Amino acid sequence: MAKRSIVPFGPQHPVLPEPVHLDLVLEDEVVVDAVPSIGFVHRGLEKLVETKDFKEYVYIAERVCGICSFGHGLGYCQTIEHIMNVEVPPRGRYLRTIWMEMSRVHSHLLWLGLLADAMGFESLFMESWKLREKILDMFDATTGGRVIFSVNCIGGVLKDMDDTMLKNIVDTCNEMERELKPIADAFLRDYTTGSRLHGLGVLTPKDATLMGAVGPMLRASGVAYDARKLGYAAYDELDVEPITATDGDSYARCEVRIKEIGQSFSLIRQAVAQIPAGPIAVPVKGMPNGEYFTRIEQPRGEAIYYVKANGTKFIDRFRLRTPTTSNIPPMLNMLKGCQLADVPLLILTIDPCISCTER
Amino acid sequence: MKKLAKSPWMLHYDASSCNGCDIEVLACTTPKYDIERFGIINTGDPFQADILLITGGVNAQCESVVRQLYEQMPNPKVVVAVGICACTGGVFKDCYNIKGGIDTVIPVDVYVPGCAARPQAIIDGVVKALEILEEKRRNYKEEKKEER
Repeated sequence: MAKRSIVPFGPQHPVLPEPVHLDLVLEDEVVVDAVPSIGFVHRGLEKLVETKDFKEYVYIAERVCGICSFGHGLGYCQTIEHIMNVEVPPRGRYLRTIWMEMSRVHSHLLWLGLLADAMGFESLFMESWKLREKILDMFDATTGGRVIFSVNCIGGVLKDMDDTMLKNIVDTCNEMERELKPIADAFLRDYTTGSRLHGLGVLTPKDATLMGAVGPMLRASGVAYDARKLGYAAYDELDVEPITATDGDSYARCEVRIKEIGQSFSLIRQAVAQIPAGPIAVPVKGMPNGEYFTRIEQPRGEAIYYVKANGTKFIDRFRLRTPTTSNIPPMLNMLKGCQLADVPLLILTIDPCISCTER
Repeated sequence: MKKLAKSPWMLHYDASSCNGCDIEVLACTTPKYDIERFGIINTGDPFQADILLITGGVNAQCESVVRQLYEQMPNPKVVVAVGICACTGGVFKDCYNIKGGIDTVIPVDVYVPGCAARPQAIIDGVVKALEILEEKRRNYKEEKKEER
């Protein structure tokens, strides 16, 4: 047996913008075990719910993570709305869907850029992020914020879009779809990127299900599961089909995410075509009392929100299970047997979001 | 801003922020905002960095990491606190785990407010930091001369 050595990875690492620490146990160049230690971004946001007004907490929920910001606000609001039996007006539900899909586009493009950066493909990173700026400009125009929007409120949304704005969004989506094509080709058809991604970190459908992988990780292994099929917001009136791939390797994950960007464009177009007129929010009176679970599909996978309220303006317990939490066990399993040089790339293919995970 | 004598390299660290400011710091290096036109390169190595761009309110666990990164950077150096959490603790101020502000751990030269701080604001903060860095470099040289 070769001599074992331990290489610390992180918390400050050039590839990952977020602090995560792993102790990699190596035999020569091959990883035999990975021991994570977390807590570098833990802020204790679930505890904060006990001292903040439940309506104010929407802003805190959005700041759980700056990338999945809109989704966290949506999940929290939906849970409270279920407890209080509030019916969100159709236009509010459609607007939420449009923003959620725009978030998915921005998150996946961000991930594509970081993946290119992890491979050392600097120009592809720049191209992906240049394209991402277009969707951020649309966020800026519709909500006033680039990464944190604060447009969700309990009972609906705070801002409306007029017809010119909706048309503008569709035009931007069409334009982006055209510009995405060469970037997608560089990821999926280029020999160099292919040689880094093919066969790296294979996750079988059985392993993925048993270890609780979610989102694009699960779908890349061939399991057609998408929480959007549950039909929250306006997804029940739109045509959503889970996008899957069969290989379960890093290339398949990249392929699924690129196709999901296209799917999001299609969903935005559908939503804009069907959006009804009417109010965007209903006034909410009284205090929540009871408990409820909500599941929504974040860009990184299924997220679960749990709220237990006691009839006062302070909530007893708020629990959030984020997609990265469920994707870490399969990731640790995939790391065993890979080369040390592939570790940053492999960690990135699960699209880790440490601020969500540690809250 | 006067001509710069050297190309300053930057180091970015996420000290318990929500990611919002971190992706904006990265967005500054991409074509639309292009902080690299000031000769700045985003390096991952504290030993080669002149500017430390740091986000978030610092929790108990990453406090030692922040201190270590700061000590590893060669003199003269400047620290830019990006985002309101890095300035004062922001919305996370009441959390049990948050120290509240980078300046509770290491000295800060420039504060960039905003939640999340916009790229334009970050660039403005960095340009201000460059002026401070030049001044520190001059003082540092004079100190060295006097020592000789």
